[in-house]
Amino acid sequence: MDMRKTADLFAPPMDPISDGRLTLEGFSVAARAFADKWKRHNQSFPPWSWVPLINRTLLVSNKQEEGYLSLEKIFILSSLEESPEEESLDVTPDFLDKEESIDHTILVQNVENEAHYYDFHIVYSASYGVPVLYFRGYCSDGKPLSLDVIKKDLPSSSVSLLLESKWTFITQEEHPYLNRPWFKLHPCGTEEWIKLLSQRSSSGGCQMPVELYLVSWFSVVGQVVGLRITLEMLN
Amino acid sequence: MANEAVKFVWEGAIPLQIHLHKSEVASHPAPPPALVLAPRIGYLPLLVSLIKPYFKDSLPPGEDSIWFDYKGFPLKWYIPTGVLFDLLCAEPERPWNLTIHFRGYPSNILIPCEGEDSVKWNFVNSLKEAAYIINGNCKNVMNMSQSDQEDLWTSVMNGDLDAYTRLSPKLKMGTIEDEFSRKTSLSSPQSRQGGAEMDVAGQVKTARIPVRLYVRSINQDFENLEDTPEIDTWDEISYLNRPVEFLREEGKCFTLRDAVESLLPEYIGDRAQTSEEEGEKRTKDGSEEKDGSPMTGEIKLVRIQGIEMKLETPFSWVVNNLMNPEFYLHISVLVRTPQR
Repeated sequence: MDMRKTADLFAPPMDPISDGRLTLEGFSVAARAFADKWKRHNQSFPPWSWVPLINRTLLVSNKQEEGYLSLEKIFILSSLEESPEEESLDVTPDFLDKEESIDHTILVQNVENEAHYYDFHIVYSASYGVPVLYFRGYCSDGKPLSLDVIKKDLPSSSVSLLLESKWTFITQEEHPYLNRPWFKLHPCGTEEWIKLLSQRSSSGGCQMPVELYLVSWFSVVGQVVGLRITLEMLN
Repeated sequence: MANEAVKFVWEGAIPLQIHLHKSEVASHPAPPPALVLAPRIGYLPLLVSLIKPYFKDSLPPGEDSIWFDYKGFPLKWYIPTGVLFDLLCAEPERPWNLTIHFRGYPSNILIPCEGEDSVKWNFVNSLKEAAYIINGNCKNVMNMSQSDQEDLWTSVMNGDLDAYTRLSPKLKMGTIEDEFSRKTSLSSPQSRQGGAEMDVAGQVKTARIPVRLYVRSINQDFENLEDTPEIDTWDEISYLNRPVEFLREEGKCFTLRDAVESLLPEYIGDRAQTSEEEGEKRTKDGSEEKDGSPMTGEIKLVRIQGIEMKLETPFSWVVNNLMNPEFYLHISVLVRTPQR
């Protein structure tokens, strides 16, 4: 990929990725690359799909559509009662050991289990020049879950990440396209830790290729909501 | 000293006639509607203290969770009142008849609102986002003292332009200055900072402008605005929260049209004219169907702060004079979608 094309994908105009930000076009490229890699290396999960925004065409020569990434109806069996020894359901499949592709830790002790479903959308923020994660949880009857209930479904490591990190906080805001309340992981500071990630992965001053932007981003953000990428995706 | 246009914006108000939803009328006779003058740059939840006294004796017992609707259409409380009016009332309705609810908040559609705090949070958040767009970071907002932030918010709540004009320079927001904009703007020109590229003369060459575009699409022809069909859901409105890249080229004026077209590329070019301008300049558009209906889309109306804008207006003037206190320019657009 020639340098000028690469530069077009990162904003604005001549800033390299060390600035941590993406252009809209860059997001489209990065999103498809991310979805591809996920499909190939994270097979116990359904694939991410690209949802085009109808009638929104990018004003670029290849006339790519604008859109966002969607991963929906992730099922979590939630136990409604808590006890200290009980571990909440871990939905991160462990691919390093192919024998045991799914790691479930469920302790069922005379408790009612409720089916919870989760939707995740990765949407581009034109204001901040970074991707933003939106998510929501609901019961089988469609009733939305509150943030407190959602936190109980997350692995305990995520919850502590949420509470301790200054990079992550969650607000309830309207989905930019769907006119419904969703939860949003705040983008403030994204470009700063992306910069840190790309500095560590680069050698001899190479830029992070745009195809890896979302993979790197998700390697951090996904953990907050209990979703993990595999090491192969980082290649 | 703020200029005339800015005063016009701050003093703009919409007469509202607020009816209590009939399911919540627990008294006989039903209370008459409340008449309230709503500041354009304000927000509906801020009016509750003015409205509630009219209805408190009629309400059924229980806790309040307040929301508004227009012809059954729930209103998003974080959109400035003037923008809601410009967008939803193609033909301005005066007074604007709204219904207030104190129960049954539609939390599957509207994000929660806990009164003034929620509105303030939304305002500060928008301000930070605008700052990020203009300056490349939110430091100017974060560095403002807590009491200054409070005072700024209070000035907006109270519609106190003098107080706001005193406080807003502390925000150090960059502004556009070119030969097409008035010299006075809400922020002091001397305190301009930020990531925008400057040329030798110190004038901003490229800048990002916070814009929120609300597009209402109609897919049938209409002669008069009062003939436009009613809106049933928010899904009929496209919302674009996207900065405009303001380009300054020698001798060329970056117009409102340029700005809108950059956000709506599908309406670019000769096809994109307001109905008024179409009357003045008949273009030879060869791409018409046999029945005379256009194959291409058409921008019918662009409204900012209640004004039907001429698209040739210099964008820098529009921004400096018509933006909201959180530094966002809200633009309502009515388009006629192309026939298939």
